[in-house]
Amino acid sequence: MTDREREDHGMGRGPERPADPESGVHEPVEKLAPDAAARERAAHTPRPGVPEPERTGADRGEPTRADERAATALEPPHGGASGLATALTAILPGSGHLLLGSPARGAAFLFAWGALLAAIWLGWEAISGVTEAGSLDDWVAIITLGLGLLAVWLGAMRDLRGAAAEDARRTAARHAGDDPGIQDRSGDSQWSIAARHFRQNVPALVGLVLVVVLYLIAFMAPLLAPYDPIAQGDLTTTGYLPPSGDYWLGTDQFGRDIMSRIIYGARISLAIGFIAVAIAIILGSLLGAIAGYIGGKVDAAIMRFTDMVMAFPRLILLIMIIALFEPSLTLIILVLGLTQWPGTARLVRGEVLSLREQEYIQAARALGFGRWRIILRHLIPNVLAPVIVAATLGIGNTIVLEAGLSFLGMGIQPPTPSWGTLVADGRQNLIGAWWVATFPGLAIVVTVLAFNLVGDGLRDALDPRMRS
Amino acid sequence: MSELPVADVLAAEPDEETTLPPSKGDSDLGGRTLEEVDPGDALVHVRGLKKHFPLRGGFLSRIQGHVKAVDGVTFWVGKGETLGLVGESGSGKSTTGRAILRLIEPTEGTVVFAGQDVTAMDAEDLQALRRQAQIIFQDPFASLNPRMTVGDAIREVLKVHGLARGEGADARVRELLRLVGLRPEYASRYPHEFSGGQRQRIGIARALSVEPEFIVCDEPVSALDVSVQAQVVNLLEELQQRLGLAFLFIAHDLSVVEHVSDRVAVMYLGRIVETADAEQLTRSPKHPYTRALLSAVPVPEPGRKRERIVLPGDVPSPIDPPSGCPFHPRCPHPLKDQDCARTVPPLAEKAPGQFAACIKEPAYVAPTGS
Amino acid sequence: MALLEVRDLRTYFHTEGGVAKAVDGVSFHVERGEVLGIVGESGCGKSVTSLSVMGLVSEPGRIEEGSSITYDGRELTTLSEKEMRGIRGNDIAMIFQEPMTSLNPVFPVGDQISEALRLHRGLKKKEARGRAIELLQLVGIPVPERRVDEYPHQLSGGMRQRVMIAMALANEPDVLIADEPTTALDVTIQAQILELLDELRERLGMAIVLITHDLGVVAEVCDRVVVMYAGQVVEEGPVGDIFGRPSHPYTQGLLAAVPRPDRREGTLAVIPGTVPPPTNWPTGCRFHDRCPYAWDLTREKMPPLFDLGGDHRSRCWLVEHPERREEVERTRPVFTGGAAQ
Repeated sequence: MTDREREDHGMGRGPERPADPESGVHEPVEKLAPDAAARERAAHTPRPGVPEPERTGADRGEPTRADERAATALEPPHGGASGLATALTAILPGSGHLLLGSPARGAAFLFAWGALLAAIWLGWEAISGVTEAGSLDDWVAIITLGLGLLAVWLGAMRDLRGAAAEDARRTAARHAGDDPGIQDRSGDSQWSIAARHFRQNVPALVGLVLVVVLYLIAFMAPLLAPYDPIAQGDLTTTGYLPPSGDYWLGTDQFGRDIMSRIIYGARISLAIGFIAVAIAIILGSLLGAIAGYIGGKVDAAIMRFTDMVMAFPRLILLIMIIALFEPSLTLIILVLGLTQWPGTARLVRGEVLSLREQEYIQAARALGFGRWRIILRHLIPNVLAPVIVAATLGIGNTIVLEAGLSFLGMGIQPPTPSWGTLVADGRQNLIGAWWVATFPGLAIVVTVLAFNLVGDGLRDALDPRMRS
Repeated sequence: MSELPVADVLAAEPDEETTLPPSKGDSDLGGRTLEEVDPGDALVHVRGLKKHFPLRGGFLSRIQGHVKAVDGVTFWVGKGETLGLVGESGSGKSTTGRAILRLIEPTEGTVVFAGQDVTAMDAEDLQALRRQAQIIFQDPFASLNPRMTVGDAIREVLKVHGLARGEGADARVRELLRLVGLRPEYASRYPHEFSGGQRQRIGIARALSVEPEFIVCDEPVSALDVSVQAQVVNLLEELQQRLGLAFLFIAHDLSVVEHVSDRVAVMYLGRIVETADAEQLTRSPKHPYTRALLSAVPVPEPGRKRERIVLPGDVPSPIDPPSGCPFHPRCPHPLKDQDCARTVPPLAEKAPGQFAACIKEPAYVAPTGS
Repeated sequence: MALLEVRDLRTYFHTEGGVAKAVDGVSFHVERGEVLGIVGESGCGKSVTSLSVMGLVSEPGRIEEGSSITYDGRELTTLSEKEMRGIRGNDIAMIFQEPMTSLNPVFPVGDQISEALRLHRGLKKKEARGRAIELLQLVGIPVPERRVDEYPHQLSGGMRQRVMIAMALANEPDVLIADEPTTALDVTIQAQILELLDELRERLGMAIVLITHDLGVVAEVCDRVVVMYAGQVVEEGPVGDIFGRPSHPYTQGLLAAVPRPDRREGTLAVIPGTVPPPTNWPTGCRFHDRCPYAWDLTREKMPPLFDLGGDHRSRCWLVEHPERREEVERTRPVFTGGAAQ
């Protein structure tokens, strides 16, 4: 932060001020000390032949030369190369980056574009037939695919423009013998700083890419899955086939393609993770915020209830509820969501309690702000960061829990593919057909790992104490 | 050097009540008290202000006692005047400042602001009060919402009070920033992008946005470096002159308070022990605590060997303050005796316009009863 | 030979935002039984200097090649961490600003003092406890037999700082480095602690390096003063010279900016601006952009530490160009404390 600390402007002492205390007009104070301002300006007037050394702080009211330089540098000086790059990118996203000398980003865009094109190729049958016999699933998949393509194309174009500007700025700065690191970043919010930190965290970025890919796979399952995940094949000819060109990850005992089942299973796992955590977060934040802000008896009641829910072994509770009712996707989501909120509630309450004592909340009260304004504008945005982190880590957790339930047969019921049931199926023939349990297991590991990487990255990026 | 010499016990235990010498006679309980003085048309008049925080504990968080943070404080601040409020940590000076603005609900006493009783105000009146009385906090970073730009923070105040909107608000933000000596372009930046001194300027700009008449300055320069501290002190004084503001300037640093204030009140354990004109207080302090405080301020003048009064012990806990005069366990007054532990000293006039709560100092009697 | 001598100390922090030259060529020395004050505002490098001496600079900070810190003739910068541990707390001890966070809250204070004794001295548990009581008494803690078993939270701020001092004194160090020892304390408690330090110095003959931002504290207890600005020593000398006839405009500005209860003046003198960031010190004299006397030379060339005689040195071109001072002061008052209203 120190590198952006700017000069504190001295008021000067300003003797002989033009006295008009009665007028009460808010006049700039600097006018009151004309000699001080003039003196300072005079002191820094560059003498002919002597280059004025760089000053770190901007002078009062006048943009520094560094500011001006930064302003001119934003217009790329060599339009030729970047024009060609833009044209190339418009045809093939990422190719322009290669031309401008950022191969890593270029490769990433090219790869993303390629993967989406591959998805079109894989799912061409479904895409072409969607107008006649398309189910809702197919439509969702195709729209997702289209949006994905659009996002990559726009992202590449935008990133290219940014890269060109950055490149130009660096060259300009080098010409001027200036350090490119010192640039006036105006209005740098906590969120944009967090984003910058997140972008520098490679494991977290890998996690984020994995998460995005997983969600894309889940949405585009009908296009990507080579076979029907549920229909059983000829048991004698297609049961327990090892991984091969036809069945990339092999088949199970009923001759169903493991890969297709994993792809469809991703929908179940991710949906459960996302929705259950959303329920938990909303409920938990609400209860926690109410308890923390109102305090007193309300707080005591809510927190004792929270303690009670927390004290009950969750797995046993889940098994009990599921044993009482017919297991279904909705029930499992609800149960997982409704048993997970206490953690969030405690977290949010703690944050609110400490925030409530912060001076800026006091200041807001002193300035005459109403209660709801304080909660909505001042408390919630500051509680959000830890909640987002908790939510991300929570999704990974929930996915494991659901897999565990399904593995025990208490979760998603066959033949619906869920990663937990898939592993459970494979258990029967672990030696003879290792692929049946291994690949779904790997899918769970990768997914949970991805969410945890993102969660850790978010925590590091959002927690100011982790930076400094 | 294996045998270390044993030092004298510098800090005596503050349980001397029983060992105090018997009465030395000379207690003076007379003199006009501060409560009896009519301050005329003071902008803020605080009378008998108390704030007792309940101490909870045990199974059902029952009240087990009270922290008497502020225990009967009386003072006033005139229009365009600065009253300095000094005291060490735990003296209740910050609580006093916040209780006046009802940021903390006072337990007892009245606060009259421009003829209106603040303690009796409802939500609507309070909202109106917030336009006239403002506060600046010690930690300029903690008092700004880290997720709002400086401009947004000020614009929000203008909006809530219906002072300006849209273009008008933007113009006002620029004007306010310029007023406190910041570049108007800074409006789009976030608090963390500023240095301590600049943040304090932002805090001041925001407080000024409602055009208040009175500002509680709660340790506004304590967190700042010496040279920056001088900048902010000068800014406050300059603003006061131009805008006719009244300040309640709270600080633990006597030299700063003395510099900015017209009158000074010294607090100890929730009470005012002395109040007088700033110059008079420095020149001839009447209360032994004020004397010790003055002598303890290190002055950048080596060789000038002043007699330094080093007080023994620590400030006692406000949960269980000493009986009688709260200062008596640490008091170096030569006439200290049993009476000090028995009698709560009244804040009485010891010299014209100078009030001190010490029964061992002779009271001032006006030449002719008026 | 001085007891502790620091020569051309450079401690740089290699961060993403560039190299922060927190300490950039600092030299000073302390003799036995002497109190040396190091003064400066936040960001001037005074604390990093003290941590460097203790060998406590942590990543990404590094003491650069060519820096030298000698204690009793022994070079400390080349010592291994293990050797340094033998020196730290034993020969050179340190006390910090915040006495609450410097004590471990889960152990009684007596145990924390005994631990140092048992570690460095190999004392038995009982002996160590007896000595801990002795030390608590030395630093003026009443009823030490009882206090020895109390936990940090049961003590007041002033008491905790006394405990910290007792811990630092446990192994009878020759040098005590006190980093803002009274900043977190109330004035009356500060007076007690300063008195104690002064007394201990006299009785034990320790050298004390007192790091502070408070010029008043320096004036009261120090023999010699080093004024730091932007990672450098800008002025040093006997306390009487520094306060009596300060030479560097920064020292003059600092002195004029302090309000004094015994001197009611109009407006306080002000040094405009703030300390620049350590990743980007100004060229030439590092104070030039805040200096009322600045001219071409000061902007281009860094001044050396000029010798003013009598151990008084100043890093200011005005020493060689006194005419500039007159020229500027003829046109306007500088650091006068603005008697004009």
